[in-house]
Amino acid sequence: MNTSRSTTKTVIGIVLTLLMLFPVYWMLNVSLMRSSDMRRDPPYLFPLHPTFSGYEAVLHDQLPYLATSLAIGIGTVVLTLAVSAPAAYSLAKLRPLGGKPLTFILLMAQMIPGIIMAMGFYSIFLNVGIINTWWGLVIADSTLAVPFGVLIFTAFMAGIPDELIQAAKLDGAGTWRTFTSIVLPVSRNPVVTVSLFAFLWAWSDFIFASTLNSGGTMQPITLGIYKYIGNNNQEWNSIMATAVVASVPAAFLLVVAQRYVAAGVTAGAVKD
Amino acid sequence: MSNTRTAPLAPRVETQVSARGRRPTRLPRLIGWAYLAPVAIYLIAFYAYPLYRNLELSLRDYTVRSFVSGDAPFIGLDNFREVFADPTFWPAVSHTAIFTFVSIAFQYVIGLALAVFFNHNFRLSATLRALFLVPWLLPMIVSASTWSWMLNSDSGVVNTALGAFGLPEINWLTSPTWSLVAVILANIWIGIPFNLVILYSGLQNIPDNLFEAAALDGASGWQTFRHVTLPMLRPVSAITLLLGFVYTLKVFDVIWIMTRGGPGSSSTTLSTWSYELGFGSLLPHFGPGAAVGNLLIIVALFFGLLYIRFQNAEASR
Repeated sequence: MNTSRSTTKTVIGIVLTLLMLFPVYWMLNVSLMRSSDMRRDPPYLFPLHPTFSGYEAVLHDQLPYLATSLAIGIGTVVLTLAVSAPAAYSLAKLRPLGGKPLTFILLMAQMIPGIIMAMGFYSIFLNVGIINTWWGLVIADSTLAVPFGVLIFTAFMAGIPDELIQAAKLDGAGTWRTFTSIVLPVSRNPVVTVSLFAFLWAWSDFIFASTLNSGGTMQPITLGIYKYIGNNNQEWNSIMATAVVASVPAAFLLVVAQRYVAAGVTAGAVKD
Repeated sequence: MSNTRTAPLAPRVETQVSARGRRPTRLPRLIGWAYLAPVAIYLIAFYAYPLYRNLELSLRDYTVRSFVSGDAPFIGLDNFREVFADPTFWPAVSHTAIFTFVSIAFQYVIGLALAVFFNHNFRLSATLRALFLVPWLLPMIVSASTWSWMLNSDSGVVNTALGAFGLPEINWLTSPTWSLVAVILANIWIGIPFNLVILYSGLQNIPDNLFEAAALDGASGWQTFRHVTLPMLRPVSAITLLLGFVYTLKVFDVIWIMTRGGPGSSSTTLSTWSYELGFGSLLPHFGPGAAVGNLLIIVALFFGLLYIRFQNAEASR
């Protein structure tokens, strides 16, 4: 392969990427736009007169929403790991009766449309009295990640050599010791993958938030944006500035944890 | 992708038969269940029970008050009859079908073209491919609100671009003719990365010597694609498309945030209709909303079963 053909491909690749990412650029551009330029036709293609008033609005209005989203995200990660890692250890290494049907159920569970879960949860939460709580959303959001978590962990743990487990057993370690001191430490990669996706899905959730927490005092950032759109739909610089801030976890994932992202996508992970 | 997905499907059969009889194998199995207990309880409490409640909702006549008091009368399939007779029913079904098929067709073709393109390693290819993931990672509400503003009739950059080519302005989100097109457009953009990543990993698994043999036989780029790449990619393509169906059927956020299914019901799908009935107004119709949801789940699980059967068939080959 000669270098000039490779360079041509690089140029085409860059052009395609710019095209694909144009909406992201536009979000940034509008977030820096002055309110007076918002209705300009044609719009400014570049932030020639950048203003940070949109971001000031974020600081002023949206910090509580961001904090709630952070709490919900962390809660969802903890719950997801606590439920899925032991189950995967069992499925991969202890070969329990009924493991196969359970795996099948987990696969099917991933395919249930969110609106159906939302309605079921709404009716339960209303009866139990946990509607409009942030930790109710932790429970609901974790359903997006638990089946995924079990499947990712199981696939990884099945690859841990049996000799390693046998050796621990010979040293007198029970299954719990083996799990906590052998299996979990070597499972660092799936722990990171599952945590990242559980956090991202909880952070991005809109359907559970809007149904189960529409009247709460602690609401996530997705509802913050949604209310912005509804209330002041002239201030698109504030809306887009909030959107930019809400995209920070995605950007973090891409820059810092990219290899885990690819692992998650190819494992069939799809947000709904 | 098939590796990680299928591995949990076929746990190795218990081979450890003890010489002393069956008892020693039963203990580990019991211990195994101790570790499965949390997830089993979780699935019952947070999957099975909500689904049951949803089914119950669709079979009773619920109002806001009877929700709290819990004495909604049982009305059998009346909610379903009401839904079938609703003038929104057939439009919602056909919009769901159009939304799903058109989105997937474009996502797949564009994703495949990009995967083939990125499969030639060139400088920066890994970095650029990673950047293509951005639409998939962004929260849906971010993408949907960005597209809303881009497609705004008066101040949207898309109409500005059309105007530069001498084309007339389009009322993307406010005209019944275009609203469905607008949400499909945004959804294609969101779904391309998923198709790209899975198809790319499929391409990586095709042995290089097949391409070398095709090149030795003097095959052109298109012939190689047609007779080597596409057939070799068939299993991965099937998986991508089936998963695509299941996940596109569920799409709710994008449509609701951009058009709320409107104007009228011109971009209403089964998911947004279900939401609209249950939560979209001050006078909720939980029963019919749950009925629509239960129709949707039947379709989703049908494609889901197809996908799992296909995976199993592939794994046992």
